[in-house]
Amino acid sequence: MSENGYRSYYGRPVIKEPVWTWEIPTYFFTGGLAGASSVLSLAAKIARKEKLSRTALYLGAAADAVSPVLLVSDLGRPERFHHMLRVFKVTSPMNVGAWILLVSGGASNTAALLELLGWLKPVKLAAEAVAALAGPSLATYTGVLVADTAIPVWHEGRHELPWIFGASAAASAGAAACMFLPPEDAGPARRLAIGAVAAEGSLMQGMELRLGEVGEVYRQGGAGRLAWAAKTLAGTGAVLLARRGGRSRKAAALGGALVCAGELCLRWSVYRAGFQSARDPKYTVKPQRERLQVSSGG
Amino acid sequence: MTTYEQERVGFFTDTSVCIGCKACEVACKEWNLIPQDGQTWTGNSYDNTGELSANTWRHVAFVEQEKPLRTNGDGSTGLRWLMESDVCKHCTHAACLDVCPTGALFRTEFGTVVVQQDICNGCGYCVPACPFGVLDKRHLPATTDPPPLLVGRKEDGRVWKCTLCYDRLKGGHEPACAKACPTKSIQFGALEELRARADDRLAKLQTEGWNGAHLYGRDPEDGVGGFGAFFLLLDDPEVYGFPPDPVVSTAKLPQMYRTMAGAAAAVVVGVAAAFLGGRS
Repeated sequence: MSENGYRSYYGRPVIKEPVWTWEIPTYFFTGGLAGASSVLSLAAKIARKEKLSRTALYLGAAADAVSPVLLVSDLGRPERFHHMLRVFKVTSPMNVGAWILLVSGGASNTAALLELLGWLKPVKLAAEAVAALAGPSLATYTGVLVADTAIPVWHEGRHELPWIFGASAAASAGAAACMFLPPEDAGPARRLAIGAVAAEGSLMQGMELRLGEVGEVYRQGGAGRLAWAAKTLAGTGAVLLARRGGRSRKAAALGGALVCAGELCLRWSVYRAGFQSARDPKYTVKPQRERLQVSSGG
Repeated sequence: MTTYEQERVGFFTDTSVCIGCKACEVACKEWNLIPQDGQTWTGNSYDNTGELSANTWRHVAFVEQEKPLRTNGDGSTGLRWLMESDVCKHCTHAACLDVCPTGALFRTEFGTVVVQQDICNGCGYCVPACPFGVLDKRHLPATTDPPPLLVGRKEDGRVWKCTLCYDRLKGGHEPACAKACPTKSIQFGALEELRARADDRLAKLQTEGWNGAHLYGRDPEDGVGGFGAFFLLLDDPEVYGFPPDPVVSTAKLPQMYRTMAGAAAAVVVGVAAAFLGGRS
């Protein structure tokens, strides 16, 4: 009940920390990778870059296949995972996301399987188109998912989080494709990775500045260390891709891997920040108290 | 005798008469068959329960203060002991209900918010969505039977909270905590009637000069549309562990979906730019 700018009940948290486990931030990464890869694949197809298109298709399908396994594994009652699909509920970003993932994963895996077998070309093209249409939503809805909670650092970050997650998804899709392609075939993927890392860095910086005290968890504890790792890894990877990625296959593979590792750290940083924000009653009480004082003109 | 045009019901918890006996906690545990979840000594006055959780649906808070109970100089001492029985607020605009992806959380014919335990799959989204930190996942074992092969867990894994004794309401009884409360600190009834009663009580306490008396969650215009279970408090909400200005997160959801649409379009534009931006 110390009066250092706010009051609380024995310093206890007002809200609960999430009960989610490691699968969820990992899924934020794989889901983003899947969504942006599907877009990259179709764009490469349109640009007649077959190798890039096929690589992105397989990467997207693989990430799309891992994602539901992670999500089901996090559930308290995994055998009831299908209860997500007994309703369609727009007020629940998680429910909307389950449907997006079902459409996206179904389409990208159908397309990848048909590509592998060389069967039914028109069906494959249709599936690729569906996956590419669902992809951008899959890459960004998770930002809404975390923002639509009572956790201050997530809810107050609602203007930036879908953009940050979208940029992170694009960076990981570009970087992952760079890892598996000769440099001469990976040009667009490389430029996507470099551009997205730059965009995401400035978006994160902007969010932290705008959030003020609520955003300080991104500089503290586990979330702070992960945010630093994300910046360092993705930044180094992007520089490596820009300077050597166009000539050296090894540099492209290493740069791509560094960017992907950075994007994984970024999702983990946002995830851990939510726990730290929920744990300290300061972040819940102070902004609300200030809001009341403003509205009462005091 | 069930009728389906019920009045909305709720609780008015008047903390000015709470004596901290915890009969509500015990009655709730007994009636709802809530498992024992260990004993810890917090050292925080008489509160060894700590907080609402999957295994605690009524929680009595204790606050010791160097403040006079009344402000009109009637000779009362400069010390007071605040006690308050916390419970799920059964919000008018309930974030838990909105974000639940399975429809396990629903609004009953009594206007209360309840988790259907046969539907909940333990996704945990409602836990950080609640602005009061009411909902929680139960980690205790559900049964002694072995869990379902491969996908099963030993822990219960579902989310639990106050049901406002849905089963008792169905049978025409008041909730167990209100029934057990010896001082009528916990009052059950039609919400409109409780609000009128609370207004009268507040007016009386203010006339008598009670320090800090105010109603919390009575206002239907607040960030959650008013509580189905509201309170008369004697200090700021945060002193009892409440958020001072709770707002349902889904109020901003349309805006968030618009942000997402912009970001999704940016992903497409970014990918296209990566193809157009190369050497020709």
